[in-house]
Amino acid sequence: MAEWNQAGKSPEVLFWVGCAGSFDDRSKKITKAFVELLQRANVSFAVLGPEESCSGDPAKRAGNEFLFQMQASTNIKTLNRYSVKKIVTACPHCFNTIKNEYPQLGGTYEVLHHTQFLNHLVEEGRLEIDENTYKGKKITFHDPCYLGRANNEYNAPRSLITKLKAELVEMKSCKEKGLCCGAGGAQMFKDAEKGNKEVNIERTEQALDTNTEVIAAGCPFCNTMLHDGVKNKEKESKVAVMDVAQLLAQTESL
Amino acid sequence: MAVGLFTRNILRIIRNIRLGHAIDRSDRKSDRWKHMARLALGQSKMTVRPIAGLLHIIVYVGFVVINIELLEIILDGFLGTHRVLAPYLGSAYDVLISVFEVFALLVIVAVTLFWLRRNALRISRFWKPEMKGWPKKDADYILYIELVLMFLFLTMNASDFWLQQYSQDASYVQAGRFPVSSWITPLFDGMQVSSVILVERIAWWMHIIGIFAFLNYLYYSKHLHILLAFPNTFYANLNPLGRFSHSETVANEVKLMLDPSADPYATPSPTSEPSTFGAADVTDLHRVQLLNAYSCTECGRCTDECPANQTGKKLSPRKIMMDTRDRLESVGKLLNKGLPIDDNTLLDNYVSREELWACTTCNACVEACPISIDPLSIIMDMRQYLVMEQSSAPTELNAMMTNIENNGAPWPFNQQDRLKWSKE
Ligand code: SF4
Ligand code: SF4
Repeated sequence: MAEWNQAGKSPEVLFWVGCAGSFDDRSKKITKAFVELLQRANVSFAVLGPEESCSGDPAKRAGNEFLFQMQASTNIKTLNRYSVKKIVTACPHCFNTIKNEYPQLGGTYEVLHHTQFLNHLVEEGRLEIDENTYKGKKITFHDPCYLGRANNEYNAPRSLITKLKAELVEMKSCKEKGLCCGAGGAQMFKDAEKGNKEVNIERTEQALDTNTEVIAAGCPFCNTMLHDGVKNKEKESKVAVMDVAQLLAQTESL
Repeated sequence: MAVGLFTRNILRIIRNIRLGHAIDRSDRKSDRWKHMARLALGQSKMTVRPIAGLLHIIVYVGFVVINIELLEIILDGFLGTHRVLAPYLGSAYDVLISVFEVFALLVIVAVTLFWLRRNALRISRFWKPEMKGWPKKDADYILYIELVLMFLFLTMNASDFWLQQYSQDASYVQAGRFPVSSWITPLFDGMQVSSVILVERIAWWMHIIGIFAFLNYLYYSKHLHILLAFPNTFYANLNPLGRFSHSETVANEVKLMLDPSADPYATPSPTSEPSTFGAADVTDLHRVQLLNAYSCTECGRCTDECPANQTGKKLSPRKIMMDTRDRLESVGKLLNKGLPIDDNTLLDNYVSREELWACTTCNACVEACPISIDPLSIIMDMRQYLVMEQSSAPTELNAMMTNIENNGAPWPFNQQDRLKWSKE
């Protein structure tokens, strides 16, 4: 972003990479896939790089309002300094926090989840997708809580999957009733309380019950949780866990 | 007297709810009316589960419709008349009574099915630990009361219908066909006119006494929702579910931290904000949260969708609501006696930390609740209290927060390396 600024120009959109997308090995692949798609569609974009800091979501959900607001205020300062208008991110937690919780602290932007952004690109004809790679394949979509229930977006990812001409199969609980992967509310960073099962296993079982070939996710945390679930069930060779952006990026570029 | 007791109970509920701090939900009036009309009046979320939803609508409509008949009963009671409206309404009266009777029958069927679902099918959400004891009994009592009231209503009509045919007394106006109760009428054949009159009077009195008793039972019961569902949906949170509550007090502190030149007195601290962060007890919650607690029907749809509960964790969002109500009631009882609030708190004495930390903040419970109750906001407020007032988050979470504080990510990576992925 700093470079754009120095050149006195501004990109079409700021890509908010997020902590998982920056540091976690599985999630970095999602980041790269998304960047590849942005480049394919000739979208001019910038990232904050070292100027980006945690959105504060896990701190807020853990109950630390103070730390959250420190993070948020710092980020808002940076974003406002660059006069950022439009933000896209592949992490529903960052998406939700920046979209819904930054405005009260002085940061108002147009914020899109990457599946929404990609869907627009395809609909505007800027991004073409090959319909052969996944034609007829069974794909199920796991709704991230912070995209679905928290922000009522159930359609964008599904619309992309349908555009791939894949067969979209739904799990027992989906959309409004979608079952959490178990990572939200800062659970990602701690062990689960005592119970008789892990949440991600329960969800993976629901996904496997659909006989799907691919479990599509729209969140780096869900992705990890479900991947762990599939690994636990020893189904890695049969069922892939992929972000919607990875699905699109794997199609041949036209 | 019944009305007096009822008023006293309502006033107590209002007083207890006002123990919470104020929250401004006076915005978006028209959206609020619509929300209330859809959810409370229109039961739109009940039908997410079609069978229970349909049965519930029958009981709900039946209850409303049959209570129109109550109007006549009360009028008769005061005027010493019998079926005072019949002569005025003519054939319309017949239709009206027929509708009441059909509904009474439907309610009997629905209530029986409800009872079977609970007790014969033993649907799991009705048998969770928090349902032991009073809540379970309460649920059954309500069904029994409804059954008895409906039977009394039909018996009253049946005996009346018999009297219309066999008694010489002209006050038993020919009121119509009585499509359902006429099936009961033959039972009275062979009885003395005077005993049938007695039956009719007993049923009439029991019906009206029963309804007034029921009205006063509400206060002690989850059945309070038939009234509170309306204000509860009106004051519901209409923001996106992902937007959690914001603290202005913290915002001011952060402003001072980040900008030391800011005048600490320039931003007056808002008066409605409580002095503690988060919530340890019901008095730290806001009024809509307390209204939520009184409105909860203990249906368990929230708990049924809860990922933590589904995987055997102790957390149950329904229990959070029931605990909040129980605690608020016990505080209320002390106040009734003029005593100060005791040292117990909602946190620890009712809700354990283990429950609070099991929540994934997934909003499934909020989405599932047919009347827009928000258990998650109470969980979050208590977490906030644990972290900000007691610094007692689980160790791993403390580590996560230290990482965010020091290097801007929940993991121990260097902020300078945020672009590394692009070079790999
Ligand atoms: S938000 Fe928490 S309490 Fe509510 S359903 Fe999700 S995990 Fe359960
Ligand atoms: S909170 Fe709502 S869904 Fe949960 S038990 Fe109460 S009424 Fe039912």
